[in-house]
Amino acid sequence: MAITKEVISEKINSKFGDAVKVDADSLDYTAVVIDSTKAHDLVKYLRDEEGFNFMTDVCGAHFPDNDKNAQFAVIYHMHNWVDRFRIRIKSFLDGENPVINTVSDLYLSANWQERETYDFYGIEFKNHPDLRRILNMDEMESFPMRKEFPLEDQGRTDKDDRYFGRLPQTNNLPNN
Amino acid sequence: MIEGINNNNSDVKMVAAPPGLEGQGFFATNLDAVIGLARSKSLWPLPFATSCCGIEFMATMASTYDIARFGSERPSFSPRQADMLMVMGTIAKKLGPVLRMVYEQMAEPRWVIAVGACASSGGIFDTYSVLQGIDKIIPVDVYVPGCPPRPEQIIDGVMKLQELVKNEPLRRRNTPEYKALLASYGITVN
Amino acid sequence: MSQYTPLTKKIEDRYNEEIRLRENEDGSELSILNLGPSHPATHGIFQNVLLMDGERIVDAEQTLGYIHRAFEKIAENRPFYQITPLTDRMNYCSSPINNMGWWLTVEKLLGIEIPKRVQYMRVIIMELSRISDHIICNSIVGVDSGAFTGFLHVFQYREKIYEIFEEICGARLTTNMGRIGGFERDWSPAAWAKLDKFMVDFPPAWEEFDRMLTRNRIFMDRCLHVGGISANRAIEYGFTGPNLRAAGVDYDIRVAEPYCSYGDFEFDIPVGTAGDTYDRFMVRQQEVRESLKIIRQALEKMPKEGGFHADVPDYYLPPKQEVYNNMEALIYHFKIVMGEIPVPKGEVYSCVEGGNGEVGFYLISDGSRVPFRLHFRRPCFIYYQGFTEMIKGAYLSDAILILSSLNVIAGELDA
Repeated sequence: MAITKEVISEKINSKFGDAVKVDADSLDYTAVVIDSTKAHDLVKYLRDEEGFNFMTDVCGAHFPDNDKNAQFAVIYHMHNWVDRFRIRIKSFLDGENPVINTVSDLYLSANWQERETYDFYGIEFKNHPDLRRILNMDEMESFPMRKEFPLEDQGRTDKDDRYFGRLPQTNNLPNN
Repeated sequence: MIEGINNNNSDVKMVAAPPGLEGQGFFATNLDAVIGLARSKSLWPLPFATSCCGIEFMATMASTYDIARFGSERPSFSPRQADMLMVMGTIAKKLGPVLRMVYEQMAEPRWVIAVGACASSGGIFDTYSVLQGIDKIIPVDVYVPGCPPRPEQIIDGVMKLQELVKNEPLRRRNTPEYKALLASYGITVN
Repeated sequence: MSQYTPLTKKIEDRYNEEIRLRENEDGSELSILNLGPSHPATHGIFQNVLLMDGERIVDAEQTLGYIHRAFEKIAENRPFYQITPLTDRMNYCSSPINNMGWWLTVEKLLGIEIPKRVQYMRVIIMELSRISDHIICNSIVGVDSGAFTGFLHVFQYREKIYEIFEEICGARLTTNMGRIGGFERDWSPAAWAKLDKFMVDFPPAWEEFDRMLTRNRIFMDRCLHVGGISANRAIEYGFTGPNLRAAGVDYDIRVAEPYCSYGDFEFDIPVGTAGDTYDRFMVRQQEVRESLKIIRQALEKMPKEGGFHADVPDYYLPPKQEVYNNMEALIYHFKIVMGEIPVPKGEVYSCVEGGNGEVGFYLISDGSRVPFRLHFRRPCFIYYQGFTEMIKGAYLSDAILILSSLNVIAGELDA
């Protein structure tokens, strides 16, 4: 039978029970929030039994205003090409020690995307074959997409803050 | 005289000969001037194209805006055989050492054109990962602004460089100012 | 300035182990070759560290991030209008597609309906930029196999497309085109005239380019059976776009989930069989012809009424004359510029068929004028993972050809 929102929600609820709930933030596709320990199982279930043959996207997010144990999130977008159905799976992770199982054993495309998520947020993917930085420099120690990390390079001495809408600080410029 | 061709067209600007002494069968002038003239009319670029400005360079190389007219017929990807390094596109801090190595491998005389806003000053990317201008690591001769600059602007940058090259002393590498400049970047001259 | 080391310790150890374990019968051993990041043949800045057995490639490891510009971090500090220049610079060979994809995402979030005429205009723009992307890709495949003339010949038509874009939005390459709800100004008669002239002049030139390469013995020898990938493997690696269609899977978002009135047009999706370099070249060749078909249909069926933008005064800047004369327009202008527009909280994911595949935008909004989180699903980044598998056992010169036929754009790889 073709997949619709009700059908798939029913099946996921019956299989995973309390660990999963509907994500109310989604404005378009069916979205569920699941415990981080069960995320891998849900992805495997969807791939094997519901025909979600394509992992569209794996990304991370940082919610500094959330509870301590839900500061980071990993979001999977999956797609069933035959029934033309998309689903979004979100998993919240702990703020101090974000760890989740990798899905790169199920989908090869998740390999680099998880490396990118690690690079940006510091989320550790257990059993990932090669978890290291991909886009930033290898020597970098902090995780730049976290909200507390500043966008601009803090080591610059040649910017006059007045032109950037900030309070003037003491620097080496002549007019300051 | 070839028949049928009008040689009185005043729109065509012939390259002026440098000031010198002319006689029957000889022309005596400054060696610097002649070498400068020759160098400026055949600058072989090393296109170090990273991003969008690289596509505009491809447009400059193609038929409509042909940069070969200006002497840059042969883009050389070997630094040893190139005259000018055209850095086109964003340089991230990760790429900085690579650019520096390419510059150090270039043989004298060498010039650098920073094409585009990102190469000149970091452009619109004022972030932690982008080098804010390649003049932080290598000396630059001409900056071409734009995001991306039109091919006419890139050619204008090359023409400005041609003016610089024409007026440069023959052995610039031995002048104390040049040595001081390279020393300020930490580039050792051998 | 730190000393540059091309190999990370892990790659070096792995390769040295392989070299130690395997020694050829004639006493020769494997060698390590560093291809990039600055290399004449790789069109973009990415590095491949190859383990070679003479001329044949045994293993490869990619290093990216050499033009990482932190787009996603920048996007968290910019209102919606200022994110379009970032989307331009992802796949800069076909930036209008990224722009339109971004506007479709924002309009999905805000729940705005777009009039038919604007949708048809957007379709024309997207197909034109798809044509320009494939012009570059196919002519560079020609250049890499030694045929420079094709590149010079078809690049003139890319200049014609640039002229059309310039008439519409002012810029050639990084177009920053469109607004929430449509276009910033109506297309001038000159733009329509140039478009009509392009539709007449370009198809014969594309056929000339086709005749030069498609049945050319040398080109076929270089491209056939080189760098193939099976359909299943391609889906596992997350391939989309022409590379996937060359492997035999007829998945195209324009047909699977029609957006922006693509359902109104009749066009075919070219599909290959073996997924090798020749198939990718042929798929792109045919896709250009299909794009021309779509543009022709859009021009014929273009509705007369509809204007050039949706009627959403909350989000679309009113014309300047009205701002100076009309109180309501002044208030709307103020609110839009100062960012007091109604933005709902929530998340959306929207995707378009870009030149390389599914370009997706995942937008988490918390109600403020800047996104809380914006993630770009970049097709190049995802399918480049399959490159290692495609070049194992190939010659080095074949690896270069495979790389250019994959159309890896460095801006989209690193973002």
